[in-house]
Amino acid sequence: MISQFFVLSQRGDHIVFRDYRGEVPKGSAEIFFRKVKFWNDDEAEEAPPVFNVDGVNYIHVKVAGLFFVVTTMVNVSPSLLLELLQRIARVTKDYLGVLNEDSLRKNFILVYELLDEVIDFGYPQTTSTEALKSYIFNEPIMVDAGRLPPLGPAAMFMQGTKRMPGTAVTKSVVATELGGKKREEIFVDIIERISVTFSSSGYILTSEIDGTIQMKSYLTGNPEIRLALNEDLSIGRTGSSTYDYRSSSGGGTVILDDCNFHESVQLDSFDIDRTLHLIPPDGEFAVMNYRITQEFKPPFHVTVLIEEAGPSRAEVLLKIRADFSANVTANTIVVQMPVPSYTMRASFELEAGAIGQTTDFKEGSRRLEWSLKKIVGGSEHTLRAKLTFSQESHGNLTKEAGPVNMNFTIPMYNTSKLQVRYLQIAKKSKTYNPYRWVRYVTQANSYVARL
Amino acid sequence: MAPTVPSPAKSASPSQPSGKSEVTDLKQQLRQLAGSRAPDADDQRRDVFKRVISCMTAGIDVSAAFGEMVLCSATSDVVLKKMCYLYVGVHARNHPDLALLTINFLQRDCRDQDPTIRGLALRSLCSLRVPNLVEYLVAPLATGLKDPSAYVRMIAAVGAAKLYHIAATSCLDAELPAALKALMLSDPDAQVSFHSTNNDEIVLQLSSTHYLCIYLNCLICNCRIKEFSEWAQCLVLELASKFLPSDNNEIFDIMNLLEDRLQHANGAVVLATIKVFLHLTMSMTDVHQQVYERIKAPLLTLVGAGSPEQSYSVLCHLHLLVMRAPMLFSSDYKRFYCQFSDPSYVKKLKLEMLTAIANESNTYEIVTELCEYAGNVDVPIARESIRAVGKIALQQYDVNAIVDRLLQFLEMDRDYVTAETLVLVKDLLRKYPQWSHDCIAVVGNISSKNIQEPKGKAALIWMLGEYSQDMHDAPYILESLVENWEEEHSPEVRLHLLTAVMKCFFKRPPETQMALGATLAAGLSDTHQDVHDRALFYYRLLQYDPAVAERVVNPPKQAVSVFADTQSSEIKDRIFDEFNSLSVVYQKPSYMFTDKEHRGPFEYSEDLSNLTVGAETSEKVISAQRYQENDNDLLLSTSDKEDIGTAASNGSASTYNAPSDLIGPSLLSSQTPSETSLINPGGPTYSSQSNFSLDDLLGLGVPEAPAAPPAPALTLNSKPVLDPGTFQKKWGQLALSLSQECSLSPQGAASLMNPQSLIRHMQSNYIQCIASGGQPPNYKFFFYAQKDGATAFFLVECIVNTASAKAQVKIKADDGTAAEAFSALFQSALSNFGLS
Repeated sequence: MISQFFVLSQRGDHIVFRDYRGEVPKGSAEIFFRKVKFWNDDEAEEAPPVFNVDGVNYIHVKVAGLFFVVTTMVNVSPSLLLELLQRIARVTKDYLGVLNEDSLRKNFILVYELLDEVIDFGYPQTTSTEALKSYIFNEPIMVDAGRLPPLGPAAMFMQGTKRMPGTAVTKSVVATELGGKKREEIFVDIIERISVTFSSSGYILTSEIDGTIQMKSYLTGNPEIRLALNEDLSIGRTGSSTYDYRSSSGGGTVILDDCNFHESVQLDSFDIDRTLHLIPPDGEFAVMNYRITQEFKPPFHVTVLIEEAGPSRAEVLLKIRADFSANVTANTIVVQMPVPSYTMRASFELEAGAIGQTTDFKEGSRRLEWSLKKIVGGSEHTLRAKLTFSQESHGNLTKEAGPVNMNFTIPMYNTSKLQVRYLQIAKKSKTYNPYRWVRYVTQANSYVARL
Repeated sequence: MAPTVPSPAKSASPSQPSGKSEVTDLKQQLRQLAGSRAPDADDQRRDVFKRVISCMTAGIDVSAAFGEMVLCSATSDVVLKKMCYLYVGVHARNHPDLALLTINFLQRDCRDQDPTIRGLALRSLCSLRVPNLVEYLVAPLATGLKDPSAYVRMIAAVGAAKLYHIAATSCLDAELPAALKALMLSDPDAQVSFHSTNNDEIVLQLSSTHYLCIYLNCLICNCRIKEFSEWAQCLVLELASKFLPSDNNEIFDIMNLLEDRLQHANGAVVLATIKVFLHLTMSMTDVHQQVYERIKAPLLTLVGAGSPEQSYSVLCHLHLLVMRAPMLFSSDYKRFYCQFSDPSYVKKLKLEMLTAIANESNTYEIVTELCEYAGNVDVPIARESIRAVGKIALQQYDVNAIVDRLLQFLEMDRDYVTAETLVLVKDLLRKYPQWSHDCIAVVGNISSKNIQEPKGKAALIWMLGEYSQDMHDAPYILESLVENWEEEHSPEVRLHLLTAVMKCFFKRPPETQMALGATLAAGLSDTHQDVHDRALFYYRLLQYDPAVAERVVNPPKQAVSVFADTQSSEIKDRIFDEFNSLSVVYQKPSYMFTDKEHRGPFEYSEDLSNLTVGAETSEKVISAQRYQENDNDLLLSTSDKEDIGTAASNGSASTYNAPSDLIGPSLLSSQTPSETSLINPGGPTYSSQSNFSLDDLLGLGVPEAPAAPPAPALTLNSKPVLDPGTFQKKWGQLALSLSQECSLSPQGAASLMNPQSLIRHMQSNYIQCIASGGQPPNYKFFFYAQKDGATAFFLVECIVNTASAKAQVKIKADDGTAAEAFSALFQSALSNFGLS
């Protein structure tokens, strides 16, 4: 099973290093780091999460800019180890409140203590934040929250990898706050990552939603919780799996292609009233993951035009229309567009009175980058760019440029219409009224418009 | 981003201490604190301990402070204890004498009132890994297994495995396995119960899969599996996948009980469950297919959830399934489109899957999508996409539209796109010569000067030579290329140039004669051995007889029907058997990347449950033998294996047998067999002959073929004696004499429901079975035979697939010269099976 576990910083420093079986030769962390840094250097490819060097298997995940790595000599299940690594990162975050290099370095003794209980002789034991509590004696040392990015909705997705968003909550599950009183609260986040590809004529080629209902509970005594979803929610697409967008629209029902659940979830009444019963364990976890290929209304409409404007010149017109209601605001929007490889210069022309917009021509990667701090629902924004080429173009500019890719986060916007109807805490007491936070967020996973 | 990783000892990181002086300083402080009874002594000790461990983490050798650490360890502070245990655990192995000092306080802690302390101490005690301290372990372990606290029992169960790892005999002498077995079957705490099972080595020692079966049964049927932690579930499911239920009802029961595991949010649990499902239904084709349908949605959901790393692993497994049953996924093609945010290792997998699932109904969409990627800024992916389009074209019947797309790529005028496309057009022409007209028209417009990449250039030159009669300028383009011979760096291109000029010469002699002379001269003075040799060969061939030369260079060609697969089906099956392991990610069976003692956590159970044993062999021999055999495979390089695989499966020499380089051998192997033998004599020709003789036999359908083979100069000893140990040794030592595929009669395949019948049949042909095993439809046999009146033995590994009625035969012989005769005899015996 697992021979070693270690966490390396971005520079390759050991932050924690634990050997469980003493079978891997010395220097494995260095071998790993060199391999990852210089993986297929000339093609600039990323190292895959699983690779083998001289009979030692290295399995890693990247979390908060850190490498969480295990080594093994045995032909084990890669998913087991990858899930475990991710879970170790999450348990650590539960304890430390914030997971980054600084907090890990300050609390490395606590991490060793955790590791001792999580893995023994290379076998995973338990990763439940709650079960671990009784064996952990170190108090977490909190890192200065002031040095972290502000806790706005955008910051919610700054930690962790892009695809595994964390919650805004950065307090430890175990540490007592100033005054010794713990605030009773529970967070439920509905996070949807959407992928849409528009054809050159603007219609939708593919679309998909990968959603997660994420929970983080700070309730004492672990009361049972009831989470009610849309009553007309249906699971599993009937009939053939070809995607006919016209027939599946309308009605407004939410159809999930498929979903899976955390093991604490009781599904006894789910088929009847779409209610999930669970006793949430401490810490952060995904209650449910779901996938939707049903047609949905994309939040942004993107139009791109590239036209020749005389020899070795071209003009680009980018237009974004926000197709959601005006009381919702998208933020941290970045639009990227690759341009022909022989582009030398680009000059930009923003719309009059544009605020919080920046433009850039990335010479190395030959792309235009347009960043907008926020976009209010219903508004439209345009960017014009003039390109200067080092040679005459080959005629077919649309084949040499694009596709346009867009990144954004829209807080309090929910693409699929999946709703939490209510969140009930089964603890009978008049005075007991914990804070309940239900938040929705939509994020771009792959939002692409072709030319 | 530093170009080299600084050695940890010199690490300049400000937060990490460094250097020798630090260690001496720490030692001093520890010594001062050792006897201190000051009220804040524990806090001070914590600080110093922390610094010691920080140094240890950074890779600094702090073993010098061992004595001082131990002196400071007498404390009631748990945090301090833990740090000290951690330190001791790391350094005890290098300081066995000093480690003895720690035994005392660890043993004392094992009797502490607090179960947490007992557990901690026991775990640390077992983690010391010092062989000569083993005697101190046994007693605390035995007590630990009976501890009232589940936490301690669990640690003791794992501890027993640790003990077994360093000193198996003391573990067995203390009768720990028996205690474990009791825990496994009756402990009220699921975690404890699990960890008693998980001691793979110990359970093996119990040498009784019987208990394991009972255990698994009670686990699964009592739904106890759900009490386990998700990690334990994964490992138990892995065990369960090796377990063969007695009847189909039991199979369905297990599957129904595990059904909800497919909805688990943990991908590892889902994959482990899928493995159980796939393995249970191996012999039930229609249910097996239902399983595929059932697991599709959960897998796709897992790909979308979680981090890119987690989805990568799931995608690798999906890739394996797609490759095995592309039809079942053909309507899900959109799920395999590349997304902007996918890392390149994910995109590559997706491209391969798209290629595999392309069929009549979705090709248009898939190819359109792939063409979008061809213009991608990510050049490696653009290349892969173009190759994918080409592969789809090669596997489709209606390639019309695809050829047009490919030709459009050539108009994109990007170096790498052109180069990749040319290689594809060349392969396409080899399969669909009827397209030559359209392709040549476009290819003819490409200037060879614009192509830099050797592969693309070589492909263009191949087309110039092959279609010189249709390409007006061919001789002149070739001539200009020959003029620049010196500047051509790639030997591959020069080789192709040689051949192309030769071809052109026979088609358009007057125009090429000059160029041919120049080419041969340049080739003969080339510094590259292959180029020189080929030039010399052509020169002599022309000298000998131009007519013969023409037949060698420009034989009538048959279109290639199927390009050789890069991986043999045997390897693919092995990877499938190892579902939910690293083999799937690497796309290699485990023997190619792990040494034998690390094959897998539950390898043994396969040996015990799947193999029935032939006379006079013990279970242990077979397991050892399996390893031997794997090692033998290991000795052959991958390419060797592929060659054997292709030669065997094709049975004749007229197909391609070097998938790695399609251009080179194609010149040789696309010719008729007789010509090939001129260049490539040996094995393949032989195997085709032997297959003919076999075909004859089958064709005649000889109803009662005599036990004697057609014309064997070989008779076998009727009562050879070979003990398993010797067999195993011989198998390890001898080189492979022959490897081929042969067919069974349908009756034979049918009667193989009972492997014993084949064993008896072979015995009647004086071929003895030493071991056999497997489950339908795959059986594996090891046979041996002895030449009559000689000491020479023949050893055979025979893998029979009853579904396809084919057998893979590997023969090793003491006397290599008799191997062919023996092979003929063996095959005739095998093909008669079921007929008499």
